[in-house]
Amino acid sequence: MIVSRTQKAGFSLYAGLVLLVFYFPVFCIIVASLSKRRFFSFPYPQEQITFKWYEDALTSPQVHDFVSVSLRIGVVTALASVTIGFFSALAYARYRWKGRKTFQRLVLLPLFFPQSVLGLALLMWFNFLDVTTSWWTAAIAHTVWIAPITTLIISIQAYGLDESLEEAARDMGATRWQILRKITIPLLLPGMISATCFAVLLSWGNFALSLFTTGADSALPEWLYARMTSGYQPMVPAVGVLNVLFAIILVLVLFGIVKWSTRKSRRATAAAGGH
Amino acid sequence: MSDKQPKKKFSFGPGLVGALSASPFALLMLFGFVAPLLCVVWFGLMPPKTFELLQAPTLENYRTIFEQTYFKSIMWSLGLAAVTVVILLAVCYPLAFAMAKIFRSGTAFITYAIATSLFVSENIRLFGWVIGFMKKGVVGGLLETWFGLQIDSLLYNVPVIVLGMCYVYLPFMLFPLVLGVNMVPDQVREAAFDLGASRWQVFRKIDLPLSMPGVMIGSLLVFVLSVGAISEAKILGGQKVVTIASDIESEFTYAQNWPLGSALSTLFIVLTTIVVFLALARFDLEKLLGKKPSE
Repeated sequence: MIVSRTQKAGFSLYAGLVLLVFYFPVFCIIVASLSKRRFFSFPYPQEQITFKWYEDALTSPQVHDFVSVSLRIGVVTALASVTIGFFSALAYARYRWKGRKTFQRLVLLPLFFPQSVLGLALLMWFNFLDVTTSWWTAAIAHTVWIAPITTLIISIQAYGLDESLEEAARDMGATRWQILRKITIPLLLPGMISATCFAVLLSWGNFALSLFTTGADSALPEWLYARMTSGYQPMVPAVGVLNVLFAIILVLVLFGIVKWSTRKSRRATAAAGGH
Repeated sequence: MSDKQPKKKFSFGPGLVGALSASPFALLMLFGFVAPLLCVVWFGLMPPKTFELLQAPTLENYRTIFEQTYFKSIMWSLGLAAVTVVILLAVCYPLAFAMAKIFRSGTAFITYAIATSLFVSENIRLFGWVIGFMKKGVVGGLLETWFGLQIDSLLYNVPVIVLGMCYVYLPFMLFPLVLGVNMVPDQVREAAFDLGASRWQVFRKIDLPLSMPGVMIGSLLVFVLSVGAISEAKILGGQKVVTIASDIESEFTYAQNWPLGSALSTLFIVLTTIVVFLALARFDLEKLLGKKPSE
């Protein structure tokens, strides 16, 4: 599209402003995490800058426990929701079947649903089933919420799937399993990888579902919430900053993987189309 | 060949394959979504302050709800969510437009910058605002050193809660909007300009209608997420506003009145479901996910 230079400058200025406001809280947390005082006040003199709280955060066994709970929930959630999401994406976007339209609507329901209420509902349901809540019930809760998201992400890729490739393979006598393994999965791989990264990261940051379903285990966001609403510790902002850094690194790594696999699959499609 | 095709379809049963692929998801939803919700609805009919599910149903909890002031927190939740949606639409549409149509490498950068925030717990990000806005916080400190102004805490009022909600749910509005604006073909816009349409006309008659699926999805997501929000009102709002979600939470924690909490949840679920279905019934999601309308 043709745009004038002033227009572009205006839009860039606006985008910069939005990002600035958007990252203001992160800036505040960084500032707070470096302050020596027990009770934060701003501005503080330069001599009071310290990395003590980062040391505390990295060595605290308590924080290690919360991180390990969060990671366990994240990994189980990602595995479950990407596996389920792969098949439901095929049902969603690829196959023509009777209940498809209804299915497409129903997939969205858990997304358009307040998470705190879903968490409570699951708590009561586990209570009714006499299941003691712990990190793996939280993983179930996260999967209920994240599987629709992975379904949608993989579906976007599945809509772009060239059906003629599958048909060609079928005409040449490939079984359904072979088609799935040799054609469908490789072509949907970029979608599956980005779905995995979404699943891990969304589960990592989730609070509303974990709050009610982790039971005696406690995920990182819960601990942070408890520390923020009662009993401020200067370690809290430090943990927050580390959390942000972790997310940024993971996002960069995973987007790199997605870019690489998209290019690869595009090349594969082009090669397959050429023959 | 021509008489083989329908036979093959019939015996292979593509319909069956579709249903089979959908079944793991369907089972998950039955176990993890439908059953818990039925559990909530049923629990809402139990006598107050009990934890047993096998008693004679009663409507007493609903009577309590209507006799007390719970409708106030429902109104607060709905109102705050609606305001958040409107503000985010206004803030995000220009940005989404620029990301879809104007920026090149900038789009990827903004996408990463905003998407990263999705993965940091909202509590941490809200806490950043607390540090910024509290008495002697970053904003107050800066104003004092630069302009000599002394300000009190900016926290614990309604505008701050709205700001927090807009901040937390911005990505959920922005990304659907970008998808939506991407669906507007450049040729159509150019044709309209060539035919002498003004910028406003192009926006009203072309951009907005063609990006409507994105607008709808973004608004719905933001509405539903913010109607169920707990942290914003608690962390930024103090005790100023009680939302329905925190009402429900306190019935389950401090008050230990699970049946009343369940009845409130049921009411809340019914309200949001009505809103979502009314909106979803009006458009086709397939269009947004990349299917050409002509297919």
